Parts: sequence; structure tokens; C-alpha cells
Amino acid sequence: MFPGILALVPALPFLAFVVIGLVTRPWRWLSAGVAIAAISVAFLLSLGALSFLLTAGAETPRVVELTWLTTSTLNAHIGLRLDALSGIMLVVVTTVALMVQIYSLGYMSEEPSLSRYYAYLSLFCASMLGLVLATNFLQLYVCWELVGVCSYLLIGFWYDRHAPAFAAKKAFVTTRFGDLGFLIGLIMICTAAGSFDFVEIQAKVAAGTWTAGWLGTVAVLLFCGAAGKSAQVPLHVWLPDAMEGPTPVSALIHAATMVAAGVYMVARLFFLFSASPDAMQVVAVIGGVTAIFAALIALVQDDIKRVLAYSTISQLGYMMLALGVGGMAAGMFHLFTHAFFKALLFLGAGSVIHATHTNNMWEMGGLRKKMPWTFWTFVAGSLALAGVAPFAGFFSKDAILHLVMGKNLFLFALAVLGSLCTAFYMTRVICVTFLGEARAASGHAHESPWVMRVPLVILAVLSVVAGFWHAGFERLVQGGEAEAEGLNLGFAAVTQMVPLAGILAGVMLYVLKSPDPDALAVRFAPLYTLLKRRFYVDELYDWIIDRIVLRCSAGLAWFDRHVVDGAVNGVAWLTQQTGTQLRYVQTGRVQHYALAVFGGAAILLAIAHVAGAF
Amino acid sequence: MAAVSFTVIGLVLAALAGFFGYQAATATPFWLTDVMVLPLAGGLIIMALQDKYARMTKWIAAAFSLPAMLMCIGLALAFRIDGAGGYQFAEHASWTPALGISYSLAVDGIGTAMFLLTGVIIFAGCLASWSVEHRVREFYALLLLLTSGVFGVFAARDLFLFFLFYEVAVLPMYLLIGIWGTGPKEYSAMKLTLYLLLGSAFMLVGFLALYFASGVTPLTFDMDTMLKTAYSPGFQKLFFPFLFLGFGILAGFWPLHTWSPDGHASAPTAVSMLHAGVLMKLGAFGIIRVAVELLPIGAHAWLPYFAVFTIVNITYGALVAMSQTDLKYVIAYSSVSHMGIVVLGICTLTDAGLNGAVFQMFSHGIMTGLFFALVGFTYGRTHTRIIADFGGLGKRMPVLATFFTIGGLASLGLPGLSGFVAEFMVFLGAWRFNPVLAVIAAAGIVFTAAYVLRVLQRCFWGPLNPHFADITDANRVEILCLTILAACLILFGMYPRPLVSLINSGVVGVLARVGGGG
Repeated sequence: MFPGILALVPALPFLAFVVIGLVTRPWRWLSAGVAIAAISVAFLLSLGALSFLLTAGAETPRVVELTWLTTSTLNAHIGLRLDALSGIMLVVVTTVALMVQIYSLGYMSEEPSLSRYYAYLSLFCASMLGLVLATNFLQLYVCWELVGVCSYLLIGFWYDRHAPAFAAKKAFVTTRFGDLGFLIGLIMICTAAGSFDFVEIQAKVAAGTWTAGWLGTVAVLLFCGAAGKSAQVPLHVWLPDAMEGPTPVSALIHAATMVAAGVYMVARLFFLFSASPDAMQVVAVIGGVTAIFAALIALVQDDIKRVLAYSTISQLGYMMLALGVGGMAAGMFHLFTHAFFKALLFLGAGSVIHATHTNNMWEMGGLRKKMPWTFWTFVAGSLALAGVAPFAGFFSKDAILHLVMGKNLFLFALAVLGSLCTAFYMTRVICVTFLGEARAASGHAHESPWVMRVPLVILAVLSVVAGFWHAGFERLVQGGEAEAEGLNLGFAAVTQMVPLAGILAGVMLYVLKSPDPDALAVRFAPLYTLLKRRFYVDELYDWIIDRIVLRCSAGLAWFDRHVVDGAVNGVAWLTQQTGTQLRYVQTGRVQHYALAVFGGAAILLAIAHVAGAF
Repeated sequence: MAAVSFTVIGLVLAALAGFFGYQAATATPFWLTDVMVLPLAGGLIIMALQDKYARMTKWIAAAFSLPAMLMCIGLALAFRIDGAGGYQFAEHASWTPALGISYSLAVDGIGTAMFLLTGVIIFAGCLASWSVEHRVREFYALLLLLTSGVFGVFAARDLFLFFLFYEVAVLPMYLLIGIWGTGPKEYSAMKLTLYLLLGSAFMLVGFLALYFASGVTPLTFDMDTMLKTAYSPGFQKLFFPFLFLGFGILAGFWPLHTWSPDGHASAPTAVSMLHAGVLMKLGAFGIIRVAVELLPIGAHAWLPYFAVFTIVNITYGALVAMSQTDLKYVIAYSSVSHMGIVVLGICTLTDAGLNGAVFQMFSHGIMTGLFFALVGFTYGRTHTRIIADFGGLGKRMPVLATFFTIGGLASLGLPGLSGFVAEFMVFLGAWRFNPVLAVIAAAGIVFTAAYVLRVLQRCFWGPLNPHFADITDANRVEILCLTILAACLILFGMYPRPLVSLINSGVVGVLARVGGGG
């Protein structure tokens, strides 16, 4: 039965996309129903696939394939590959997608283009599930780009406003820039291997067909794509702007699933990355730097979604860091837990935004009483994100910290500092949004309807319990023989101090006001401005685009018009002028022609005479 | 007048009936000639119509181009890919034996793919011209005549015939742009025609050289005979550039491309569609069919150098497109950029590269047809093509905006649409040929993404320009036209296997004759 029946998992959402686009478009609630029905079945099938793996074992991947195109030398397939990684990802993607689609019934209830919304969401789910199930590089790349375009369409969902239209373009072009590396890496390895297939290439890598240096180049190029998709420094700039999209979309695509595709890719191609220590080092350093870099920026953001966006970047950094130091299972486990609690946080933020009609935390405040469900679930998500025991994030983050400490103390320091920042900024969000007195936008706030509360509660439960699956998860991912690393209680007790310290600092600043945060901002003005302006990375890119790319483009356009085409027009002008001048030779007077004939003859004779003399 | 008109129409119909009847009676179908004759007959009937039947003209044009399209689809389905592939549906008739000229037609996988492209584009083009009001008769007659020429080139197996059809395809452009165009149309028409005639002159030199140097007696224009002729290396290296550049002008080869932006921008919608969609492919087709196949040693000697120019095509075309202010110029420069990918694929002389090149010929033909149709429809409503004047049109024209998005995404090589398959195969071929060129070419796609999305954002997204508050969306004819084109992009993007297999059966033959890398 498996994995053939899994074709339905991506096929059903795709079918929903087609049906909504062609048939149910005028009936928006029907469209929503079609989409939710499709993803529900996909969810059940995914659960079935995972339980199948848990009982039947996941050591060898199960693969079915179909020929996609074939020439004399090329042979490309599309297929389904069921193994531990894809089985887990299927469950993550369909769970979050189902929650988000149910939640959207409430959040987007007043949206006239609901059909378009659910059509895009369904297309996204189909592409993402196709990506997860990919059997080969080409399929991975194809689905990779398709999720990118769905992200583009959904960020720009409210296309009649400037900011979403711009943010959508920025997201697509930035990730495309990374994908250039992916494409080149893919071409390199597939040309060398004569195949796109993961299994075949893995066998060749294992057989030592290529040197570590060459593999490292390929891996780093592929990682460019992962860094773009997973918003790693320096390609992170698109993700905060992507918050212009509807909040449920941010939860699904820009927190739980698509942005994690980069991490998934590195895990999927771990055989390639782990063959090159240099490539692993690159992944680890980029991940570690991203983790702290984004966490620092998140400290001073005022937009609740942007805090979460930078937090996502930071957590993706942790996942990359884990992968880079060799902890494939640890990185994937953080992906797994993060998907639930970050989706929860975004949906909670969406609930708040739905109630207050603003993204600015400083206009909210005092929502704890008015929105208790949202408040308590948000707190659960925040504790999970901060890594407080026994919430899910604790298990996954602790595993990463423990692993990094053994490998690289500098990166470990960065990771601990990032963890401190995480706890602090989440405390800040909770204090400013939910505690204290109600500010302008909180006046008429009320709790969200039950369709939005139910997904919050389910995800909150998952955020609490998902961590306890740690040992089972590692066994599944690493295969039966590998002994899962247990929880190191002593280490955990020490690292628990870090989030607690962050929470304490947050409470002191934003509840007790001692020291006063505004005074601190003034005192450390240069640092504060640097963070507030997000290290000026966006400004740098704008400058490059404005000053270099666009000027280059304008210069070439001028060159084309005036030099290349100028030459063409010049030839035409020359021809015309020659004609104009030669026209005067045509006088119509016989005497002139006779003169020319005899003159010419005389000259020819003279030449013949002179030539003859030699 | 009416009598003459009816007599002519009657004669054409009778001839057509006789021709088809003969084939049916003797059970010897001339498939290729049939496809070619249909537009021609339609054009003749339209010419004979009286002016007052302007509306009927459009229906007649559609009635003749629809069966042509369907027959092209039929040809593609009937083409036998298994086994040798090779040339099929061959027809041969003696024409001017004294000079070695014959009427011989046949198509391989490449030619069949181009037939399919032409069939789709001409039918879509007829639909896209539904709003033409000025001299409708002449417009459609010329359009259909041109199409017959295009079919002829893709099927000709005799160089003289090839040249003849080529000129039939190219020359009506002068009138079509000069009369029905917009903007500086006389200048553009003149420039385009003279430039392409310059190309023809180069080609003619090459053709005559091939003819006289073949050394067979009696001399012949037959291409199959020429294929068997071993031209000396010196001869090949001398005359290859003539043929390559002669065709290259029509394929938009840098720096001989500047006829294209002006020409495409000035031309009426259907003419831009046909020109960028199909005629530019004649250039690329000629490079494969004549220059490369007949002069393989010359090809191996020269193509590595020409490949560098195609890189300029790709990146330079994309960068120049980025700073255009007129929507049609953006599309025109994007054609220059995308045709660079076609010629690059040919230059690699690899299996993947050539397959990609021909696939891109098909894909770009459809895509650019879609784009020019969209620009035409938008212009018909807004009466402007300046990007800065638009804004938020998607709010009022969601259907056109959706199709524009599909075209745009195909153009930036989004997987799932046909452009990706083509570009990917070309990059694979280019990597085997020269990795540096492949990397630069691939970098060009980032610029493509930037300018395509910029156009989408400025024209269709953002707040609606109040000036266009009561603009209407696409009508049924327009939707049919756009749907046909978009369906091709999606179909062959999602499942490229049938088209790739068809093309590959031709590419195998080319590589066997030329001898190229695997």
C-alpha cells in the first residue's frame, strides 16, 4: 500500500486547487470546505504513513517513481519517497496546514476573495508535500520553486496595497538569488553523477567517487538555496517583510513549513553535507550567526509579527547550527517542535491582531482578561519557544546546545546568548501585549471565535507534549541501531538558568520598569539604533540595487539605444547620404556621361601603360 | 464586383475540395501540404471577400486556422517516436529539374514541434486580432499568407524551397507593421524588413555556396543530398558564419537584435505574437537545420565563439529589459534574452542543450505569444503601454492579471511551467560545454525574475489608478485565446515527457549527423 497511496497526499490539495480555481470560485465557503476536506484526508494519510513507519521500520526508504522526461542522456523522474524524514515532515506539514486552514475560517471570514486564498493555500500544501516526498534533486528543486511562488502569491494576497505587493516581490527575488546556487550545485552533481536520484547519488558519494573538496563546493552551493529559503544571514531580509501577508499564512508558510524546507533539504542531503567538513562548518557558522543576529534584532521590534518573524529566523539558525555540527536528528527535532509552537504563536498573534486591528504591540496591552484563551495558549507557545522545561522547545533546544558545546565553544556561546535573548523578547511581547493597562487598540477587543480558538488549543497541547517524543524521534530518524542520546539532567539544569534569566530580565524591564526600558534605549542609543535599523542590511541591499544594478541596467539600455542601434541607424544614414551625394552624378546630360566614359578609359589606359612599363 | 468575388471564392473552394478529394480517393494524404494550404486558402478567400463582410472575415480566418491547429496536433500525435524517429510525412514532387529544385517536404521531431507551435499561435493570433477594425481583409489575408510561409520553412527539404518560404514568411511583415502598427511604425517596419533582408542576403550567399560546392552532378538544392556531401573543412569554416549570422539576425542574435524591440513594439498584437512567437524561431530552426547540420565542421569551429555572444544576449537582454518604460519593449527585450537561451542551447551541441533549445523555441513561442496578446488586450482598454501609467489593474481585470502572472512566471523559468524545462536542459548542456557560461546564463534568470515581477507589481498590483476605474476585463474570445496559450505552458510544464520525446527523436538525428557531445 505504501508509498503508492501517498500520491494522494500532494494530489488531493492540488485537486482542491484546480477545483476551486475552475469550479467553486464563486462560492467562497464551498471553496474553503473543499480545501479543508482535501487537507484533512491528506492529514489522515500522513498519520497512517508515520504509524506504518513506526511499526514496519524506516531503515530503507520506500520509493515509487514515474518518468517525467527522458532524452538520450537525461532521465528525470517524479516520485514518492517514504522514510523517517519524509514521514515526519508529512505529519508536521499536514497538521499545521489543517490547523491553519480551520483557523482561517474565522480569521479571514470577512475576506471576499476567500476562494483565491484557499486555492493558493491548497497549491502551497500540494507543492510542500511534493517537496517532502521528493525522490530526486530535480523534483526537490521543482517543488522548492513552487512553494516559493505560493509564498509570493500569498504574501501579496492583498495585492491592491503597496506594501504586500513590494514584499512579495522582495521575497521571491531574494530567495531566487539563493536558488541560483541551488541550481548550479544541482547541475554540478547531477551532471557528474549522470542521475538526479538521491539513492544513486548517495551510493556514489559513499563509494568515494568525488573528493571532499569538490563535494564541499557542491554542498555550499546547495546550501545557498537552503539559506535563501530558510532566511539565513545574509539572505534573511525577505522574511520580516513577508509578514505583510495574512497572519495564518505567516504561521503556515513563514514559520512552520516552507521556511523549514531549507533545513529539511540539508537533512535530506545530509549524506552530501557530512562528506565535507568544510561545508558542515559553513552550515554551522551561518546557522549560529543567524541565531544570535536575528534574536538581537527581535529585542527591539514593535510589530508583534516582526518579533515572531525574527524569532523564526533565529530558530531556523539553531536548526542549521545543529545540522552543521552533525546533529541531524537534533536539528530535525527542533524543526518538529518549532513547527507547532511557532505556528501557535503566529496564530495567537493573529487572534490579537484580529481583535485589535493593529500589529503594533504598544497600541495593545491588558488583553489577558479580554482574551484568556489566546493569552494562555500564547504563554504556552512562548515558554516552549524560550525552552523552559518541560515544554517542547526545551527538549529540542537543549539537545542542540548540548551537541554544540561538545563541538565548538564559540558557537555554543552564541547559542546560549541567543537563548537568553529569546526568553527576553518573548517575555517582552507578553508583558506589552497582554499585561499592564489597556492602550488605544485594546478598547473593544474581544476573544476570537471558537474556530480560531480550537486550533490554538490543539497546537498548545502539541507544544507542551511534543518534546516527550524526543527519544522515539531520534530512534526513528537515526535508524534502529543508533542509541538515542538521553536527557543530560545536570546539563539541562544549568542551561535552564538561561531562559529563566531572560524571563526575569523581561519582567523587570516591562512589568516593574526598573530599570526603565526607555531610559536604557536612550543610554545605549547607538546600539539601540543599530538593532532598530536591523544592522542596516536592508539599506545596504537597497543601495546595491539602486546604485549598481539599476544604474548598470540604465547604462546598458542607453548603450543599446545609442551605440548598438546607433550603429544600425548610422549604416542606414550612410547609405542614404551616399545615395544623396551620388545622385548628383546622374545629371542627365550626355556630355557629362561621355566625359566620364572617355576620362575613365584614359585613366585605365594610363594604368595599363604604367603597369606595362614595369 | 460581387460576381468576381463569388467566382474566386468558388474556385478556391473547388480547388480545395478537389485537392482533398484526390487525397481521399487515392489514399495518399499530403499532410504537410494540407496544413500549409489551409491558411493560404483562407487568405485567398478573404482577399476575394467584399469589404462589407468584415465580421465574416474573422470567422473565416478562425475557420481555416482552427483545422490547421488541429491538424498540427494530429501530426504531433501521429508522429512515430519509437524506432528511428527521423523524417516522416515526406512528400516529393519534381519542380524545376534543370536547376535541381524540387518540392520536397518532410518533418522530423523538431519540425513537428514547430508545426505544433505555429498551429497554436496562428489560431490564437486570429482570436487576438478580433478587435482589428482597419482594413480587416488585407490584415487577415497577409497574416494567413505569412503563416503558410512559416509552415513551409519548417517542412522544406529543399534549400530553394526553404528560401522561398522564408521570404514569404518575412516580407508580409513590412506591410503588417507599416499599415496596422502603432508609434513610429514606418521606421520600425523599414528597419525590420531591411535588417531581415540583410540576413537573407547572407543566407543566400551561403545557400548558393552550398549548391555549387556540393560537387554532385547534376547540381541540386535537395537537402538530403547535401547532408551526404562532405564539404571541405575550409569551405565549412568560411561559409558557416554566413549561414549562422543570416539566420541569427532573425533569431535576435546579439548585437544584431535591434530590429526586434522596435519592430515588436510597433507591430499590431497578432503580428507581434507571430513574429516573436514563430518567426524568430525560423532563425533558430535555420541555424539547426541548415547551418549546423550541413556544415558540422564549421559548426564545431565557430559555435564556441558564438556561444559567448549568446551569454550577452541572455544577461544584457534581461538587464536592458529591466529599465524599459514601455511594456512592449520589456517583452521585446525579454524575447532577446530568451532567444539567447535557444541559441546557447544550439551552440553547446549536446543532447541536453539541443533538446532544451528546441523546447525553449516552443515554450518561448507560446509564452511570448501570450504576453503580446495580453499587452494588446490591455492596450485596447487603457490606450497606454507606459508602465508608470498603469497600477492596480488586477483589481478591475483579474482574468488578464492572472494570465499575465502565468506568463510572467513561465518567463522567469518557474518549474511547473514549460520555460523551466527548457532552461534547465539548456543549462545542463551548457555546463557540459563550458561551466563558466552556464553560471553566467543561470545568473541571468535572477534578473529575469526581477524585471518580470517588477512589471507585475507596477501594472497589476498596488492601488488601482483611478483613471482606470471602469475598465473591463477580458471578453470570451480573448479568454479563449489566452486559455489555449496558457494551457500549453502548464501542460508541457507539468508533464514535459511527450514533447521532449518528440523533440528528442529529432535531436538524435541532428547529433548523429553533426557528432556532438552526449
